[in-house]
Amino acid sequence: MVTFIIRRLLLVPVLLFGVTVLIFAMLQLLSPIERSALYVKDFPKNEKAVDGIIKLYGLDQPLYVQYWRWLVGTVDTVGVRHGGILYGDLGYSRTSSIPVAELIANRFPNTLDLTLWAVGPVILVGIWLGVQAAVHQNGFIDQAARVFSIVGTSFPTFVFGLLFILIFYATLHWLPPGRLADEYMQVVNSDAFRHYTTLITIDALLNGRFDVFWDALKHMLLPILTLSYISWATFLRVTRSSMLETLRMEYVTTARAKGLSEHDVIYKHAQPNAMIPVVTLAGFSVVSLLGGVVITETVFNFPGIGSAAARAATQLDVVTMLGFALFNGLILIVSNLAVDILYAVVDPRVRLS
Amino acid sequence: MAQSVPTGDNSLLQDALPTHKIGWFERWLGPENYRIVSGLLKTPASIVGFALIGFFVIVALAAPLIAPPVTPNDPYKIPRDGFSSDPKPPGTEWKKNVMPLPFWWKIFVKSEKMTHIMGTSEGQYDIFYGIIWGTRTAFKTGLVVTITTLLFGVIVGSISAYYGGIVDNIIMRIVDILLILPGILAALILAAVLTPRIGKSLVPTMSALIAFGWMGYARIIRGDILSVKERDYVLAARVIGVKDNRILFRHIIPNAVFPTLVLASLAVGDVVLSFAALSFLGIGTEVGYADWGQVLSFARNWITSLNTYWYIVVWPGLTLVLFVMGWNLVGDALRDVLDPRMRGKT
Repeated sequence: MVTFIIRRLLLVPVLLFGVTVLIFAMLQLLSPIERSALYVKDFPKNEKAVDGIIKLYGLDQPLYVQYWRWLVGTVDTVGVRHGGILYGDLGYSRTSSIPVAELIANRFPNTLDLTLWAVGPVILVGIWLGVQAAVHQNGFIDQAARVFSIVGTSFPTFVFGLLFILIFYATLHWLPPGRLADEYMQVVNSDAFRHYTTLITIDALLNGRFDVFWDALKHMLLPILTLSYISWATFLRVTRSSMLETLRMEYVTTARAKGLSEHDVIYKHAQPNAMIPVVTLAGFSVVSLLGGVVITETVFNFPGIGSAAARAATQLDVVTMLGFALFNGLILIVSNLAVDILYAVVDPRVRLS
Repeated sequence: MAQSVPTGDNSLLQDALPTHKIGWFERWLGPENYRIVSGLLKTPASIVGFALIGFFVIVALAAPLIAPPVTPNDPYKIPRDGFSSDPKPPGTEWKKNVMPLPFWWKIFVKSEKMTHIMGTSEGQYDIFYGIIWGTRTAFKTGLVVTITTLLFGVIVGSISAYYGGIVDNIIMRIVDILLILPGILAALILAAVLTPRIGKSLVPTMSALIAFGWMGYARIIRGDILSVKERDYVLAARVIGVKDNRILFRHIIPNAVFPTLVLASLAVGDVVLSFAALSFLGIGTEVGYADWGQVLSFARNWITSLNTYWYIVVWPGLTLVLFVMGWNLVGDALRDVLDPRMRGKT
């Protein structure tokens, strides 16, 4: 187990190197002048000044020098460091008029709030439904799940989101888009409201403001469903087929033969083994969620990193985009690591091989 | 020579004999591939899927008849009926920049006046025209992207599997790294970086989808080739001194490529979906180009009044859903057919 984790940890620097090289390569599609936006707030109007910036930051140097400087930045004569993604300087966002790192720090809690609420129900209910569908094969839940997963996977996220808005917001006026109603936004921004985690829903609970919590949840319900319905469908399907396979195994027959109750056979003997492919799926779903927030947040006008990335993309603000790419890459490398370790915990065969 | 037919109850031999007459088609495809194709043609779900895809193929081919272009030199430009911002409902009379009356309009509607069949969206772009010509855009982008990614993936995957060792290791690590970022985000970034270089057109988005789309095929074909390359006929070819290139392209790839080909042909739906998602976000083609994502993106500014302007979401949305569902239904049946545990059941 320990050797497995160590081997897996050794892969992390390789992946990090790969992702930075990939993003650096995309950066090379820009001209040196455009790349200087990584280091300065505004382009100076006169050409000599631009040349000065290009010289100062070595944007005319060989690629490996540039790559290194991009990683660690440049220290000028006064001793001030400029740039350097390893020091958290991702450049200046033209579209939001603040540094990219700050933009991510402002936006990410909202996205995290949204994805956490999307992930929990998916894992719990999706797996439960999948197990039920397998246990009662061809029963009502199974048939409904089959229809749901085919129809669900055919709906593009943005069509689904827009139809939701059309029905629940524009026609029925049940659920509003955005982040919070104005009155509650004032509560959250007031001094009395303590920010423990920066996630609005959790902070609201910790502050004992259930009205704020309820309003935040109302605003997030449609984005949560839009973000997660595809994951629901896939979790359900994978759990179902994995569970069906496990239920056919001989050890399950043995368990039944020795007289265990059906409940114990299903939940204590079959389900833990059927969960192995589902763990892998959890890793993929982090990827699909991070991709999904781009569209979901744009449709619902939700102020997270996804909508910021989409806006940066339409306005061709490459510096901001690449900052987001780096941030996403980091999250995914960490989450893949977590999934692999979890995999070893769930499946003894992995850790022994 | 008389063929001896075993008699009696030797069930093992009975199984080995063909249970049906083998036609030229089956002979040509081989038993394994024939099983996949016939399995697909027997499932009701996939028949519905094929029907939907066929419908869209017809619409794409007949686009100039269904919606005659206003500007024949540039048929992908959606005609605008003026410039006012508010969408107009279906059935509104078409006043400026009128589309020539299509043949079916004269037959079924028997009117000399053209109307906006599905309404207009923001900026008076005709939704019906956008959907009909958007079908062509969908097939065009879907086919080009799928074929290119497939070619690239097959070449890279084959080289990786055939040479093995360090080549394989390096290529597969590159694949791992490219797969870290979510596909849609990676494509979004690359398309945004490419757009100022290439200009607003289909090319930046398509290139981005190709650049981040080939890895899956490379992995699949690699696995298939790893098993094929151990077969005796490959060894035989090597023994008689056939060159590496020829063994790879004439002996191994043709025997390993079929499952990848089938998967790729069904990926067209996914490609079209990704393309529509990117152009919904505002990346890619110029405003007013006939593609489904663009037509839907006109709705983004109207989400507070979608109850009045439902048609700017429902028609393009429905089109996209039916298109994707067609491919998904076939794909679902295919997964069942390709599943080794299902072998012998269809």
